[in-house]
Amino acid sequence: MRDPVRCDFDVVDTRDVSRHFGRRRALARTSLTFRAGEITGLFGPNGAGKSTLLGVLSTLMRPTAGTVHYGGATAQDLGDPLRRRIGVLGHDLFLYGDLSARENLEFFGKLYGLDRLPERIAGALTSSRLADRANDRVSGFSRGLRQRLALERALLHDPRLVLLDEPFTGLDDESAALLIARLRGLKDSGAIVLMATHDFESADGLVDRMICLRQGRVREVTPGGATLRDHYRRTMAEAWA
Amino acid sequence: MSVIRSAWLIARKDLIVEARSRELAYTTLFFSMACVLVFAFAFVVEGRPLDDAAAGILWVAVAFAGTLALSRGFERERQSETLRALLLAPTERAAVYLGKLIGLVVLMIGVEIVLVPVIGLLFGAPVGRAPLLLAALLVTGTLGFAIVGTVFAAMLVRAHSRDVLLPVLLYPITVPVIIAGVRGTAAIFGPEPNFEAATAWLSILVFFDAVFGILALWTFAPVMSE
Repeated sequence: MRDPVRCDFDVVDTRDVSRHFGRRRALARTSLTFRAGEITGLFGPNGAGKSTLLGVLSTLMRPTAGTVHYGGATAQDLGDPLRRRIGVLGHDLFLYGDLSARENLEFFGKLYGLDRLPERIAGALTSSRLADRANDRVSGFSRGLRQRLALERALLHDPRLVLLDEPFTGLDDESAALLIARLRGLKDSGAIVLMATHDFESADGLVDRMICLRQGRVREVTPGGATLRDHYRRTMAEAWA
Repeated sequence: MSVIRSAWLIARKDLIVEARSRELAYTTLFFSMACVLVFAFAFVVEGRPLDDAAAGILWVAVAFAGTLALSRGFERERQSETLRALLLAPTERAAVYLGKLIGLVVLMIGVEIVLVPVIGLLFGAPVGRAPLLLAALLVTGTLGFAIVGTVFAAMLVRAHSRDVLLPVLLYPITVPVIIAGVRGTAAIFGPEPNFEAATAWLSILVFFDAVFGILALWTFAPVMSE
């Protein structure tokens, strides 16, 4: 097995990546570069290819054509330890309802072979403000509580590449503010953060780059000067008119 | 992290989840018992069962209960897409396969521990005649069934018609397991037991497990790539 430290990277780039599902094109010749210390927002209508792009970057999906490079090496070059550097918060939350919050974190922490696991779990439960519900089964949690726990599960192993699919779903204002603070912390620590969302208000002022997708094609927009929603509407109207 | 340790973590997690919900244990037990009872009404006439009926019915019940457990076991991983979370972990895909396989085999053996005495009671089968040989046949047969079934259940986890497709794919390939299990068990239960024949059928099961075990470990990673 390869040394996990050697799997570290500070840039991820997709080179002419396409992904098809049968005859449907989900991504079309996408070439993008994501750097450490950046938060990139992925925006687009349903079925635009946002989740597919996250799936390809996470190594769960293979591109139909093109390659993804993690610091110059492909997923095939880096092997299984690459996934030690990737954290994914999916639209489905990747949590076991019959396990408690603590057991979910313990299970995934052990599976990732993490050191200092009790401290990490205690920190995660505090960050998600679930310390008092740590031993409750996740099936009894509201969507917002599960979302908070799922975020901590995704970040438990200090990933370099953080992929978030609709991270604001189900969060109240206070939790959304905490998530924004958490994402800024990740950015400061040198993580590469990609976030697919429809929540323009929460993402405003947070994302450094804005990528709009439609029918698998991408347009990059530099945010600033207007709200993200305005940028999005203008891009959708002009680029795909 | 080693494959064995990761596999054990996944199997242990499955067993904890099952111990809390008891969903699979209750459904597979109920289903296999109902199956045995129905056959008991059909094949036991005036207190005398048909020849070899007990062996056949035992393995039919095992196969049906196993199919149910496979289907529901992977449905659990689909509900919150936790199978994806397992595949995202920095461990070899073989560990995910082995973890799910161990969890399933433990559950099925638990069902068989209840099922075998019931078969003995209803069909008058001499289940205590060669307990080690019978246990070996059941363990190797169950393992063979689960080795193939785990690959297919994982492969079909996102298919819409997975409940229909699973038995359609699984039963033709596991026919040798069922035949060897039935013939081996019948050789033990028969009026003139033939332990040599039972041992020969056991060897076939061990061979099947070895061949299909290697094939399953080899094919699981590509099968799980989206």
